[in-house]
Amino acid sequence: MEKILEVKNMHVSFDTFGGEVQAVRGVDFDLNKGETLAIVGESGSGKSVTSKTIMRLIPTPPGRIKEGEILFGGKDLAKLSEKEMQKIRGKDISMIFQDPMTSLNPTMKVGKQIMEGLIKHQKLSSSAAKERAIELLGLVGIPQPEVRINQFPHQFSGGMRQRVVIAIALACNPKILLADEPTTALDVTIQAQIIELMKDLQKKMNTSIIFITHDLGVVANVADRVAVMYGGKIVEIGTVDEIFYNPQHPYTWGLLSSMPSLDAKEDELFAIPGSPPDLINPPKGDAFAVRNQFALKIDLEKEPPMFKVSNTHYAATWLLHENAPKVEPPPYIKRLKETKQLSKSGAKASDHK
Amino acid sequence: MSKQKLLEINNLKQHFEISRGNVVKAVDGISFDVYKGETFGLVGESGCGKSTTGRTIIRLYNATDGNIIYDGVDVHDKKSKKDLKMFNQKMQMIFQDPYASLNPRMKVSDIIAEGIDIHGLASSKEERMDRVIELLETVGLNKEHANRYPHEFSGGQRQRIGIARALAVKPEFIIADEPISALDVSIQAQVINLLKKLQKEKKLTYLFIAHDLSMVKYISDRIGVMYQGKIVELAESDELYSNPIHPYTKSLLSAIPLPDPEHERTRKRIIYDPSQHQYNNSEEASLREVKPGHFVYCSENEYKRYKAENQ
Repeated sequence: MEKILEVKNMHVSFDTFGGEVQAVRGVDFDLNKGETLAIVGESGSGKSVTSKTIMRLIPTPPGRIKEGEILFGGKDLAKLSEKEMQKIRGKDISMIFQDPMTSLNPTMKVGKQIMEGLIKHQKLSSSAAKERAIELLGLVGIPQPEVRINQFPHQFSGGMRQRVVIAIALACNPKILLADEPTTALDVTIQAQIIELMKDLQKKMNTSIIFITHDLGVVANVADRVAVMYGGKIVEIGTVDEIFYNPQHPYTWGLLSSMPSLDAKEDELFAIPGSPPDLINPPKGDAFAVRNQFALKIDLEKEPPMFKVSNTHYAATWLLHENAPKVEPPPYIKRLKETKQLSKSGAKASDHK
Repeated sequence: MSKQKLLEINNLKQHFEISRGNVVKAVDGISFDVYKGETFGLVGESGCGKSTTGRTIIRLYNATDGNIIYDGVDVHDKKSKKDLKMFNQKMQMIFQDPYASLNPRMKVSDIIAEGIDIHGLASSKEERMDRVIELLETVGLNKEHANRYPHEFSGGQRQRIGIARALAVKPEFIIADEPISALDVSIQAQVINLLKKLQKEKKLTYLFIAHDLSMVKYISDRIGVMYQGKIVELAESDELYSNPIHPYTKSLLSAIPLPDPEHERTRKRIIYDPSQHQYNNSEEASLREVKPGHFVYCSENEYKRYKAENQ
C-alpha cells in the first residue's frame, strides 16, 4: 500500500502559566492512500492536537512542535513556513471541524465560502468557481444548490451546514481529509447520512481520511484502521477488526467495555476508574497504570514499548512481554473474541439483529 | 414492583409563540405515567420536545395545556408558597452541561447546600457541613472538595456535584436531562453506575432524557420515543428495542452505529418518511395500545395493521 503521510515521533507542547503541557508525547503512524484511519481517545488524550498539528493550526505561542517529523509529499510539514503551509492547507490537506455552527462565517454567503479555496488554489475565475461550487453542493446532497448558494449559514440546519463544511473541504480534491469529530454535534439519523456521504465521496475521489472521534460505534463503521490514544500517546494501533475483536491494551478493553451493548443486559457497566493524567507532570512509566486494574509493577517505573501482535497490530502494554503474567480480559472483551471466532469458522455470524 | 403512579401527564402541550402568529408546538399533546421507583427514558432527536417536556414538568415553563399530576396533586395549579416549596423539594433536576449549570463564583459546599438552606434542612452550621460532606462522599468525591470552586473540577466531577446538589433536599423524583452527553465515554459509565446505585439506595424515580439510545436502553425500565412534539411509541425498554413498531422508532434504531465492525458492514439503515401515514381528517391518530404495555401513535387503520402484524 502506498503511504501518503508519515508522522514520526511527534511531540507537541503548550507553554502555560502552570507549566509545560505535554499534549502529544511521541506519536508515530502512517496513513495509506484511500484508507480511513480513526483516532479514538478521551478529551485530553491528544487526538485533536495531533490533527491540528498536521494542519499546522496550533497557535504558536503557546503551542510548539517540540520534536518530530510530519512527512507529506517529500516535505516535512513540521518545518514549513506559514506561507508554504497555506499552499497545502485546503488544497492537499483539508479539515472538517466538529461544530458546523461555528466553523462557517456567519456573515458570508455559503457559495462564496466554497469559492474562496477554488479561486485561491485552483486559480479558477469567479464564474467557473461558482459553477463548481454549485456542483459541489449538489454532490454533498443539498437540494436546489443554485438557490442555496446565495444563502447564509443561519438559513441551513445543522446537518446541512456540516454538508457545506464538507463541500468546502472537498472543493480542491484534497489528498488527505482530517475530520475532527465531524458528527458529534449531530443527531443519529443525520450522523448516519453524513457518514454515508463521506464514505461515498471517499470512494469516488480516493481520499485518505483521518477520522477523530470518541464514538466507538462510528469507528466500527468508518475505519479501516484504528489508533487508540491515551495521555498524548498511541497505546494501540491495528485494523478495525483487530482492535474490536482482539484488543490487547487494558485501556482499549476499558473503552470497549464501558459502552452498554444493545443486546445484553449487564448489572453494572464497566467503568474505568479515576480520570485522565495531568500532562503538565506526566506520570512515570505507563500513563494508564494508576487507572489500570491489570497494572504490573514495571508499569509504574518504565514505559512499555510498542509490542508487535501482528504485522498491522501493535500495542504498548507490558502485558505483552514474554515474562508478563497471563491475565483474563474483562468478560465483555472475552465475549467479543468468541463471537468473532464463531463467525470466522463459518458458523452463524453474530446474533445481532 | 407494585405499580404506583407517581407522575401522571395528561395531554401536555407546550407551545411557544416566536413571533405574532408563529407558534412552535414543542410539545403537542403527550400523555404518559411514571411509576414509583422506575426509570422512564425519553428519547428523540434534537428539537423533538424531550427537554421541553422535562422542563415543563418541573415548572420551569408554564404548560400551554394539559395537566401534570404528581402524587395526586396538579403541579401547575396555583399554589401557595408553602406548597410550592414542598413540591420543589420532592422534584429535582440534573442538567446536561456540567460547566454551565454550576455557579462559577460559589464554593462547592455552598452550591450543594443552597437547597438545604432554602428548605431549612439543617439546624446548625455543623449539621449543614456534615450533610455536605456526606453528600460529597455519596457521589464519590471527598470532603477536601467542599471548599473548592467549580473550575477546579473535571466534567465528570462537576456532574457529580450537580447530582449531590439534586440529592441535598432528599427528593423522590429526579429529572436527568442529558446528564452524560457532555462527558467522555469512560466517565459516562461512572456517572450511570452512580445514578443506578443511588436509585437503589434512596428509592428514587428517574425521568431520564437523552438522545444516546444505547445508554437510555441500559438505564430505563420503560421508554417513550418522541418525534415532533409527540410520543410516537412507548414500551418497556427490551420490548421497544427488540420489537419496534412505529416506523420512526425503526428508523432511529437502525441509525445507531454499534461498536462491532462486522455488524456495521451489514447494517441497513431504514429511512423514515412521515408522509407514509396519510392521516385523514376523519380518523384521528393517537397513542393506542398494540400489545399489552406497548403503545404506538397511529390511526385506526394503522392500529388494525400493527395489531395483525404483532400477534
